[in-house]
Amino acid sequence: MASTVGVIFSSINEENIPELTKARSTGSIPYGGRYRLVDFALSNMVNSGITTVGMLTKNNYQSLMDHLGSGKYWDLARKEGGLILLPPYSDETEMLYKNRLEALKGATAFLKKAKEDFVVLTDSDSIYKLNYSKVIDFHIKMNADITMVYHEHELIKSHYYMTLNTADDGKITDIEINPLGSGSKKNYINVMVARRTYLLRLVQDAIQHGFTSFGRDILSPGVKNHNFYAYKLEGYYASITSLNSYFNANMELLDKKVRQEIFGDRAVYTKVNDSAPAKFTDTANVKNSLIADGCLIEGNVENSVLFRGVKIGKGATVKNCILMTDNIIGDNCNLAYVVSDKNSVIRDNRVLAGCEIQPYFINKGSLI
Amino acid sequence: MLRKKECVAMLLAGGQGSRLYALTGNIAKPAVSFGAKYRIIDFPLSNCINSGIDTVGVLTQYQPLVLNEYVGNGQPWDLDRTFGGVHILSPYEAKQDTSWYVGTANAIYQNIRFMKMYDPEYVLILSGDHIYKMDYDKMLQAHKTANADCTIACMEVPIKEASRFGILNTNPDGTIYEFEEKPKKPKSNLASMGIYIFTASKLFKFLEEDAKNPDSEKDFGKNVLPAMLNAGEKMFSYRFEGYWKDVGTISSLMEANMDLLGVVPEFELTDRDRVIHSRSPLAPPAFVEGEVINSIVATGCEIEGKIVNSVIGTNCVIEKGAEVSDCVLMGNITVKAGAKLNYAIIDEDVTVCEKAVIGEKKSKASNLEGKTAGITVLGRGVTVNKGNKIPAGEIVDKNV
Repeated sequence: MASTVGVIFSSINEENIPELTKARSTGSIPYGGRYRLVDFALSNMVNSGITTVGMLTKNNYQSLMDHLGSGKYWDLARKEGGLILLPPYSDETEMLYKNRLEALKGATAFLKKAKEDFVVLTDSDSIYKLNYSKVIDFHIKMNADITMVYHEHELIKSHYYMTLNTADDGKITDIEINPLGSGSKKNYINVMVARRTYLLRLVQDAIQHGFTSFGRDILSPGVKNHNFYAYKLEGYYASITSLNSYFNANMELLDKKVRQEIFGDRAVYTKVNDSAPAKFTDTANVKNSLIADGCLIEGNVENSVLFRGVKIGKGATVKNCILMTDNIIGDNCNLAYVVSDKNSVIRDNRVLAGCEIQPYFINKGSLI
Repeated sequence: MLRKKECVAMLLAGGQGSRLYALTGNIAKPAVSFGAKYRIIDFPLSNCINSGIDTVGVLTQYQPLVLNEYVGNGQPWDLDRTFGGVHILSPYEAKQDTSWYVGTANAIYQNIRFMKMYDPEYVLILSGDHIYKMDYDKMLQAHKTANADCTIACMEVPIKEASRFGILNTNPDGTIYEFEEKPKKPKSNLASMGIYIFTASKLFKFLEEDAKNPDSEKDFGKNVLPAMLNAGEKMFSYRFEGYWKDVGTISSLMEANMDLLGVVPEFELTDRDRVIHSRSPLAPPAFVEGEVINSIVATGCEIEGKIVNSVIGTNCVIEKGAEVSDCVLMGNITVKAGAKLNYAIIDEDVTVCEKAVIGEKKSKASNLEGKTAGITVLGRGVTVNKGNKIPAGEIVDKNV
C-alpha cells in the first residue's frame, strides 16, 4: 500500500460515557471480554500495513499506557516508526486541548517528522473492520483532498455527529452537523484520509484563522471548494456513545455473524496476560455467553459477556450482564442487566438488576 | 563491561517422544499441546523466567519446525533480551567434533561454546517433557550452600514405578553415594527428575572427558553422572515436593491434562505469582451455548454441544448435538453435529464429521490393555468421515 501514517484520537468523545471514562480514556474502555476499544482502531491499522501510529492522549491516559506498553502486542515496537504516544501539552500554549483541531495541532510535530505520504485519522470509540489501504486507493483514484468514511445507519441523536450527502461518484456535496429528521443516513464515522502535507497545511491554516471546530469550520465549509470524497464502510459498525450503546455493542457479540465479521479472517490484537483457560465446574450452566480466559464458573450464566478472571459462585444466576475483569460474584447472587466495571466484588446472596434500556452500573473496585 | 550470567539453562528438547505415537509424528515432544492453551515447553521456560534465569539454550533436533516457530524470539516468556534470552541450538556442521546430537551429554557438549559466551558459574540442565512448577533458584541456593559440584532434583515415587527412573541412593545429609539408571531392583524410591545443576567448570571438564571416551553412550544418567561420582565429586540430591509429571506416554499425558480439572485441581495453573506463560493465540473469548461440565475451555472456542470432564484447546468448534467426554482436544478442532468423542486425545487441526463415534466410554475403555491403555488418539490434521467409528485404543494418523 501507499506509505501511510496513522493518528488515533484516544480520548475524544469521552464525555458521552462518563461512567466508564472516569478513570480511563475512551480508547481503554474494556470491551468484548478481553479487548479495549482502541484495539480495533489499532488492529485495523496494523492489518492495513500501517507501521507508524501516533496515539493522541488527553487526560486519564494511565490505563491506556498500561494497555499499550511498548506496542509489542500490535507488532508496533519498532526501530523505525511504531507506536508513538502523543501526550497533551506538546506546544507552547500550556492548555489542555478542547477540541479535535487543537488535539491535531499537538500532533503536528509528529506529522512533520513522518515521511509517509498519507495520513489516516481515526477515533477509538467504535468497533468495525476496515482495510484502510482500500480507502487510500479510492482516495488516490478520485484525486481527493480528503476522504471521509461513512456508515449507513439510523441517526443516533445522543451525541455530536455529521452526515454526508454525496454525488454518485462519492464526491461529498454537503456535510450536515446534527441534522434534524430521522431514517438511515450516511453517518461520518470519524475516519479520514488525506495527504500528510495537505493535512498539515489545513491545520496550520485553521489555527491562523482562529478556527475551533474541525467539522464546523473546515470540513463543512470546505465541501464547496475542495475535493472531499466519501467512502462507504460495509458491514458491522458499532459506536460507543452511551452506557446503553456500550451494553448493546457487547451483547451484539453474542451473534455469531457479528463475531465472524469482527474476528474472522484477521487478528484483533490486544495485550496478552497469560490467564489460565476458563474453568467450568460440575455445577456450571452456561448459555449464549462469551467467557474469557481465567474465569471460574460454578453458577448459571446466560446472555452475558464475562471478561478475564471473573468468578461466578455456586447457585448464582447472571443474566444479560457484562462483568469486566476480575469481578467476583458470590454464591446465590442474582444479577440481571448489570454492567460491572473491573475488580468489583458482589457478596453472597445479593440481588441486583437494571433493565434493557438502563443497565445497572457498578463502579470499578466496588464491594457490594 | 563485564558480561556474564550467573546461571545458564540448557533445555533438552530434541527427543522424538516415540511413545506419544501420532502426536509426535511431525513435531517434537516439547511442542505438544497441553492444558488447552499451552505447549509442554511453556513449563520449563516459564519456570526459568520465574526463577530469575534469563538465558536459555533450547537444544532441538527432531522435527524442530513447530518448536522453533513457537519459541521464536522468546517474547511470550520475557526471554527476548539484549544479552541472554532464549536461543534455539540445532546441531551444526564444523571441521571436527560435530554431528547430530547422539545423547543428552553430547548435545550439551556440542554447545559448550554457547555456554561459555556467558561465562556462567552454574549450568542448569532441563528436559522438555515434564509438567511442573518449580523455583530453580531455591535449588541453586541449595547447590551453593552445599558447595556442591552437581545437584540433582529428585522426588519420591511409588517403589513399583521406581525402575522407570534414574534412582538416587543418598546419605542422610543428602549426598549421593550411588546413581542407578532404571534399575531392575531399585534400592530407594528417590527418582531423578532429569533436572541438574552443575558447577560450570566441572560440567565442562566431565563433558570433555566423556567426549573422548569411545565406550560412552554420551548420556547424563548412564555416563556423566556415574563418572563424576566415581571421581569423588560432591553430588547432592535436592528434594522437590509438589506436582511433577513426565508426559512421555499417552496415558500420562491424558492424566496430566485431567489433573487440571476441578475447583481444587491436582495441578493449579491459576496462581498469579508463578504464571505459566505461553504464546497466546489471538482469539476472542470462548462462546458457550451448550452444556459444559467440569471442563476447561480456551479462547476462540464455539461450544454448542455437550462437554464433560474434558480439556478443550484454542479455536475448537463443537457443534450442536455433539458430545465430548473425558477427552483432550488440543486446538483448532471441529466436532460436527451428532459426533461422539469418548476418552480420546485429539491433536490439532482435526475434523470429526457428523455422527462419527470416537472411542468408547472411559469406564469401559480404561480397562483395555495396549499401547494407549484404551485411549483413542487422532493425529494432527486427520479427518474422520461422516458416521465412521474408531474403536477404543486406536491410533489414527491418516484420514478415515
